[in-house]
Amino acid sequence: MSMLQILSLILIGSAVLLSLLRMLLGPTTHDRVVAADTIGVITTAGIVWIASYLNNEIYLDIALVYGALAFIGVVAIARALDSVRQGERE
Amino acid sequence: MNFLSDLILFIGSLFMFLAAVGLIRMPDMYTRLQAGTKAATLGSIAMILGIWVLHPEWSAKLLLIIFFILLTSPVGSSTIARSAFILGHIPWVKTSRDQETPS
Repeated sequence: MSMLQILSLILIGSAVLLSLLRMLLGPTTHDRVVAADTIGVITTAGIVWIASYLNNEIYLDIALVYGALAFIGVVAIARALDSVRQGERE
Repeated sequence: MNFLSDLILFIGSLFMFLAAVGLIRMPDMYTRLQAGTKAATLGSIAMILGIWVLHPEWSAKLLLIIFFILLTSPVGSSTIARSAFILGHIPWVKTSRDQETPS
Protein backbone atom coordinates (compact mmCIF):
# COMPACT_ATOMS: atom_id res chain seq x y z
CA MET A 1 0.00 0.00 0.00
CA SER A 2 1.53 3.26 -1.07
CA MET A 3 1.97 6.39 1.00
CA LEU A 4 -0.74 8.28 -0.88
CA GLN A 5 -3.24 5.51 -0.21
CA ILE A 6 -2.47 5.54 3.52
CA LEU A 7 -2.89 9.31 3.54
CA SER A 8 -6.25 9.10 1.79
CA LEU A 9 -7.41 6.41 4.23
CA ILE A 10 -6.50 8.71 7.13
CA LEU A 11 -8.50 11.53 5.50
CA ILE A 12 -11.56 9.29 5.02
CA GLY A 13 -11.38 8.09 8.62
CA SER A 14 -11.17 11.59 10.01
CA ALA A 15 -14.06 12.65 7.75
CA VAL A 16 -16.25 9.91 9.23
CA LEU A 17 -15.14 10.88 12.74
CA LEU A 18 -15.99 14.57 12.17
CA SER A 19 -19.40 13.60 10.78
CA LEU A 20 -19.99 11.42 13.85
CA LEU A 21 -19.07 14.42 16.02
CA ARG A 22 -21.69 16.51 14.22
CA MET A 23 -24.18 13.68 14.70
CA LEU A 24 -23.35 13.62 18.41
CA LEU A 25 -23.67 17.35 19.12
CA GLY A 26 -26.00 18.52 16.36
CA PRO A 27 -28.53 20.88 17.90
CA THR A 28 -31.52 19.66 15.90
CA THR A 29 -32.68 16.35 14.46
CA HIS A 30 -32.08 17.55 10.92
CA ASP A 31 -28.38 18.12 11.61
CA ARG A 32 -28.12 14.49 12.63
CA VAL A 33 -29.94 13.36 9.49
CA VAL A 34 -27.55 15.43 7.35
CA ALA A 35 -24.57 13.84 9.10
CA ALA A 36 -26.04 10.36 8.51
CA ASP A 37 -26.48 11.17 4.81
CA THR A 38 -22.85 12.28 4.52
CA ILE A 39 -21.62 9.15 6.31
CA GLY A 40 -23.68 7.02 3.93
CA VAL A 41 -22.10 8.57 0.83
CA ILE A 42 -18.59 8.28 2.31
CA THR A 43 -19.15 4.65 3.29
CA THR A 44 -20.38 3.77 -0.22
CA ALA A 45 -17.10 5.00 -1.71
CA GLY A 46 -15.22 3.20 1.09
CA ILE A 47 -16.83 -0.12 0.20
CA VAL A 48 -15.79 0.44 -3.44
CA TRP A 49 -12.24 0.99 -2.16
CA ILE A 50 -12.48 -2.29 -0.20
CA ALA A 51 -13.53 -4.06 -3.42
CA SER A 52 -10.36 -2.80 -5.09
CA TYR A 53 -8.19 -3.69 -2.09
CA LEU A 54 -9.47 -7.26 -1.76
CA ASN A 55 -9.71 -7.59 -5.58
CA ASN A 56 -13.23 -8.99 -5.30
CA GLU A 57 -16.05 -7.78 -7.47
CA ILE A 58 -18.87 -8.84 -5.14
CA TYR A 59 -18.25 -5.81 -2.91
CA LEU A 60 -19.50 -3.51 -5.68
CA ASP A 61 -22.95 -5.06 -5.30
CA ILE A 62 -22.69 -4.53 -1.55
CA ALA A 63 -21.82 -0.86 -2.16
CA LEU A 64 -24.84 -0.44 -4.44
CA VAL A 65 -27.23 -2.01 -1.92
CA TYR A 66 -25.70 0.01 0.92
CA GLY A 67 -26.20 3.26 -1.00
CA ALA A 68 -29.81 2.36 -1.75
CA LEU A 69 -30.54 1.52 1.88
CA ALA A 70 -28.88 4.73 3.17
CA PHE A 71 -30.93 6.80 0.70
CA ILE A 72 -34.18 5.07 1.69
CA GLY A 73 -33.37 5.58 5.38
CA VAL A 74 -32.69 9.31 4.99
CA VAL A 75 -35.83 9.92 2.91
CA ALA A 76 -37.95 7.88 5.34
CA ILE A 77 -36.70 9.83 8.37
CA ALA A 78 -37.23 13.20 6.65
CA ARG A 79 -40.75 12.33 5.48
CA ALA A 80 -41.64 10.93 8.89
CA LEU A 81 -40.50 14.14 10.60
CA ASP A 82 -42.65 16.45 8.50
CA SER A 83 -45.62 14.08 8.46
CA VAL A 84 -45.66 14.16 12.28
CA ARG A 85 -45.91 17.93 12.13
CA GLN A 86 -48.67 17.89 9.51
CA GLY A 87 -50.62 15.44 11.66
CA GLU A 88 -50.39 17.89 14.56
CA ARG A 89 -51.80 20.70 12.44
CA GLU A 90 -54.97 18.91 11.48
CA MET B 1 -1.19 4.00 -13.98
CA ASN B 2 -1.00 3.06 -10.35
CA PHE B 3 0.16 6.51 -9.32
CA LEU B 4 -2.64 8.16 -11.30
CA SER B 5 -5.21 6.02 -9.48
CA ASP B 6 -3.68 6.89 -6.11
CA LEU B 7 -3.70 10.58 -6.98
CA ILE B 8 -7.40 10.57 -7.93
CA LEU B 9 -8.18 8.61 -4.76
CA PHE B 10 -6.31 11.20 -2.71
CA ILE B 11 -8.20 14.08 -4.35
CA GLY B 12 -11.50 12.33 -3.63
CA SER B 13 -10.66 11.70 0.00
CA LEU B 14 -9.53 15.32 0.34
CA PHE B 15 -12.97 16.46 -0.85
CA MET B 16 -14.62 14.10 1.64
CA PHE B 17 -12.53 15.54 4.45
CA LEU B 18 -13.51 19.08 3.34
CA ALA B 19 -17.16 17.99 3.43
CA ALA B 20 -16.78 16.84 7.03
CA VAL B 21 -14.97 20.05 7.99
CA GLY B 22 -17.83 22.02 6.42
CA LEU B 23 -20.27 19.90 8.39
CA ILE B 24 -18.54 20.99 11.60
CA ARG B 25 -17.74 24.60 10.74
CA MET B 26 -20.88 25.87 9.01
CA PRO B 27 -23.22 27.98 11.16
CA ASP B 28 -26.60 26.74 10.01
CA MET B 29 -28.45 23.56 9.13
CA TYR B 30 -29.04 24.55 5.49
CA THR B 31 -25.41 25.53 4.86
CA ARG B 32 -24.28 22.31 6.56
CA LEU B 33 -26.61 20.43 4.23
CA GLN B 34 -25.11 21.87 1.08
CA ALA B 35 -21.53 21.49 2.32
CA GLY B 36 -21.95 17.86 3.31
CA THR B 37 -23.95 16.73 0.32
CA LYS B 38 -22.14 18.41 -2.56
CA ALA B 39 -18.57 17.93 -1.43
CA ALA B 40 -19.17 14.33 -0.34
CA THR B 41 -20.78 13.54 -3.69
CA LEU B 42 -17.82 14.95 -5.61
CA GLY B 43 -15.37 13.12 -3.36
CA SER B 44 -17.06 9.75 -3.71
CA ILE B 45 -17.31 10.12 -7.50
CA ALA B 46 -13.61 10.98 -7.65
CA MET B 47 -12.78 7.92 -5.53
CA ILE B 48 -14.83 5.63 -7.76
CA LEU B 49 -13.09 7.10 -10.83
CA GLY B 50 -9.75 6.32 -9.20
CA ILE B 51 -10.80 2.69 -8.69
CA TRP B 52 -11.96 2.68 -12.31
CA VAL B 53 -8.47 3.62 -13.50
CA LEU B 54 -7.12 0.69 -11.47
CA HIS B 55 -9.76 -1.87 -12.58
CA PRO B 56 -11.12 -1.05 -16.05
CA GLU B 57 -12.95 -4.39 -16.23
CA TRP B 58 -15.43 -3.31 -13.53
CA SER B 59 -16.57 -0.25 -15.47
CA ALA B 60 -20.25 -1.22 -15.82
CA LYS B 61 -20.91 -1.59 -12.10
CA LEU B 62 -18.77 1.43 -11.22
CA LEU B 63 -20.71 3.60 -13.68
CA LEU B 64 -23.93 2.24 -12.19
CA ILE B 65 -22.79 3.25 -8.68
CA ILE B 66 -21.79 6.74 -9.94
CA PHE B 67 -25.18 7.15 -11.63
CA PHE B 68 -26.94 6.00 -8.49
CA ILE B 69 -25.05 8.45 -6.26
CA LEU B 70 -25.75 11.30 -8.70
CA LEU B 71 -29.43 10.32 -8.70
CA THR B 72 -30.04 9.85 -4.98
CA SER B 73 -27.87 12.45 -3.28
CA PRO B 74 -29.76 15.60 -4.49
CA VAL B 75 -33.11 13.91 -3.87
CA GLY B 76 -32.16 13.08 -0.30
CA SER B 77 -30.78 16.53 0.46
CA SER B 78 -33.79 18.34 -1.01
CA THR B 79 -36.10 16.09 1.00
CA ILE B 80 -34.24 16.98 4.20
CA ALA B 81 -34.33 20.69 3.33
CA ARG B 82 -38.05 20.55 2.56
CA SER B 83 -38.75 18.80 5.86
CA ALA B 84 -36.68 21.34 7.79
CA PHE B 85 -38.43 24.25 6.06
CA ILE B 86 -41.87 22.81 6.82
CA LEU B 87 -40.89 22.31 10.45
CA GLY B 88 -39.92 25.98 10.61
CA HIS B 89 -36.14 26.02 10.85
CA ILE B 90 -34.97 29.62 10.65
CA PRO B 91 -32.00 30.19 8.29
CA TRP B 92 -28.88 31.93 9.48
CA VAL B 93 -29.35 35.69 9.83
CA LYS B 94 -26.90 36.62 7.07
CA THR B 95 -28.54 34.27 4.57
CA SER B 96 -32.20 34.97 5.35
CA ARG B 97 -34.39 37.22 3.27
CA ASP B 98 -38.12 37.40 2.85
CA GLN B 99 -39.17 33.77 2.83
CA GLU B 100 -42.02 32.30 0.89
CA THR B 101 -44.68 30.53 2.87
CA PRO B 102 -43.92 26.84 3.33
CA SER B 103 -45.95 24.69 0.99
